[in-house]
Amino acid sequence: VDTRDTPEQAQLRRAAHRLTGELAPTSVADLDDGARSARLAAAVREAGWLELRDDGGDGGPLAGGVEAAIVAEALGASVADVAFTGPVLARDLARRAGAEPVDGAVVAFAPALDGPAEVGDTVTTAPTYAVDHGRDGYTAWALVPEGEGHRLGRVRTDAGRVAGGADLTRRVRELPTGTAVLAGGGQHLFLGRDELARWTALGLALTSADLLGAMRGVLDVTVAYAAERRQFGAPIGSFQAVQHLLAEARCLVEGSRSVSLHASWAVDELEPDDAVAAGRVAKAYCARAARTVCETAVQVHGGIGNTWDCIVHVFLRRALLSSQWFGDDGRQLLELQHRRLGVTDGLP
Amino acid sequence: MDFRDSRAEAELRARLRAWLADNNPGLPTSSTDDEYWARQAEWHTALYDAGFFGLSWPSRVGGHDLPAVFDAIVDDELAAAGAPPRPSLGYLVQGISTHGSEAIQQRFLPGLISGRERWCQGFSEPDAGSDLASLRTTAVRDGAEYVVDGHKIWTSYSDVADWCLLLARTDPDVPKHHGLSAFAVPMRQPGVVQRPLRMINGVTKEFGQVLFDHARVPAGNMIGEPGEGWRLAMTIVAHEREPGELGYVARYAKTVADLDRIVRERPSSFRDDQRAAVAWAHVQAEMLRLHVCRRLSERLDGVDHGPGGSVDKLLMTWVEQSVGHAALGIAGARSVTDDDVALRVYLYSRAQSVMGGTSQIQKNIVATRILGLPAG
Repeated sequence: VDTRDTPEQAQLRRAAHRLTGELAPTSVADLDDGARSARLAAAVREAGWLELRDDGGDGGPLAGGVEAAIVAEALGASVADVAFTGPVLARDLARRAGAEPVDGAVVAFAPALDGPAEVGDTVTTAPTYAVDHGRDGYTAWALVPEGEGHRLGRVRTDAGRVAGGADLTRRVRELPTGTAVLAGGGQHLFLGRDELARWTALGLALTSADLLGAMRGVLDVTVAYAAERRQFGAPIGSFQAVQHLLAEARCLVEGSRSVSLHASWAVDELEPDDAVAAGRVAKAYCARAARTVCETAVQVHGGIGNTWDCIVHVFLRRALLSSQWFGDDGRQLLELQHRRLGVTDGLP
Repeated sequence: MDFRDSRAEAELRARLRAWLADNNPGLPTSSTDDEYWARQAEWHTALYDAGFFGLSWPSRVGGHDLPAVFDAIVDDELAAAGAPPRPSLGYLVQGISTHGSEAIQQRFLPGLISGRERWCQGFSEPDAGSDLASLRTTAVRDGAEYVVDGHKIWTSYSDVADWCLLLARTDPDVPKHHGLSAFAVPMRQPGVVQRPLRMINGVTKEFGQVLFDHARVPAGNMIGEPGEGWRLAMTIVAHEREPGELGYVARYAKTVADLDRIVRERPSSFRDDQRAAVAWAHVQAEMLRLHVCRRLSERLDGVDHGPGGSVDKLLMTWVEQSVGHAALGIAGARSVTDDDVALRVYLYSRAQSVMGGTSQIQKNIVATRILGLPAG
């Protein structure tokens, strides 16, 4: 057991920190700067991060879940308005089914966003959602039930409606019922149960890492504000009532880091069901922690924290999407009860 | 980054698992039962003699010179077997080995680690709890000895201890933090009286108070230099707060496994919220297990006596209290109609946010020393 970064992982962490430091938004107004956001997207593409889970030549991914989570955390920490988790999940899913990666592709999710959409042979039978798609991607992978598993189908996303939604930094598109389902590209793309489980574990790990990042980022902003904002002739951060809120938040970040690291490692290293369970533990913890930490950030910012122009709500909103995506804490607890206690009540 | 066992770790795990199959004493959960405390020394020496305790401490004082992460494997296996946790005394070892001379270490660490000599820690006093540095117990030089007078409280294991690691004022004329020194005081002497404290869950064997009335300690039993007591105390409390040092992960995992078993046997007799509380307790206990793996891995870069232990203490407290709430929820009415073990688990969990420094003190430390916020 040695949970420290390898030198390569530490280097990736530094590189992701540097890149987001240069190009991620630092204010709400920055979100309207399309040129900056395009440069950020280009930089992420050029860094090769979207391909981390592509075929490394032996059927396995180029890089581990740990590396992908390092990038996801850095993007969450800087509320980076760039598609990453969405495209990486699509490429991971494609690799598992033996498909060539499709640039700009994402995955179509069920309306609860808690897992991939299951669709009919030729058309979708319920609305589906393309989550975290890029500026110009038009394809989403969807799952068509087949035998003991699924085959991959494709739905076009350009007909969809841009969903409003919480997150101001990532795109979600609603695809209406009846969207055409196309074959996966000529080949028969079958995805077995274990492959789908490992893919789910990756989704849980990356959304947990994004939450970890969002918590860390918003806490940094808030601690700096508390040290600077003065009332009663002193920085508000010198008052124990405020200090204790921030100290609790720091603890939640540390606990979240421990579960999130393990989930990202588990994706490739544990048996599929154990990898999913590790992801569910991480997601349950990180989703609860992130809501508390982001709410603390709003509170410590006071009135300003409740205004649109304060960046804090950008973190909170991002955390809301990452929490729902692959299931929120309540859903994870139900899934863990199923696995550990044999209880299926409340599960869809 | 690797959570998997190395070859040596896997070998230890297999050996411990095999040993536990024949040597699990099947004691009740620590913290809830006097039987546990009565047989704790026996468990300590058995674990030590079989080569599973003190793994990361130096071999010259009875340890095994292994990386600290091996302790995480011991916790895993103890929990999996439903065995008692390892004895919680790593913080005393850290204090004595960081501040004591070589002679002091050679004299005291082997007995402490092997369990042949029992120790308690005399820090808190009735009027010096969170404000530890204002303690009033005195040690006055008298020839080759010091004479100790004072009143210590919250002294774990005082009823069975051979030695007390005592913090006393040796110089009343300097600022309060600078006038303290630490001693290894023999407990079995006429000037020392021990009184048990009965905790809210009924346990009487864990905590005591100790009265020192002209007790005597050889001057050579001072640990560190005169006036070094506060720094030694801070080293100790930094580690007293660390779940990795305390081995509590195994205790929480064992309780959660017990709750799991109860629910699995008749799931429909529990409400959603009761089951969700058990699932959440599992998430929390698992978080702490992984957190300890991370903290002990960081020790491969060297042991840090800094404020990080306060973060870990707060996390551990939330875990223990989540487990306590889950246990209370599952017990339901039994917790008020019977002396159910869940009641005792719950009641004991309330102490976790007080012992070893209250949660409020830990938050002050995290805010000022980790987040760098200005002191109020």
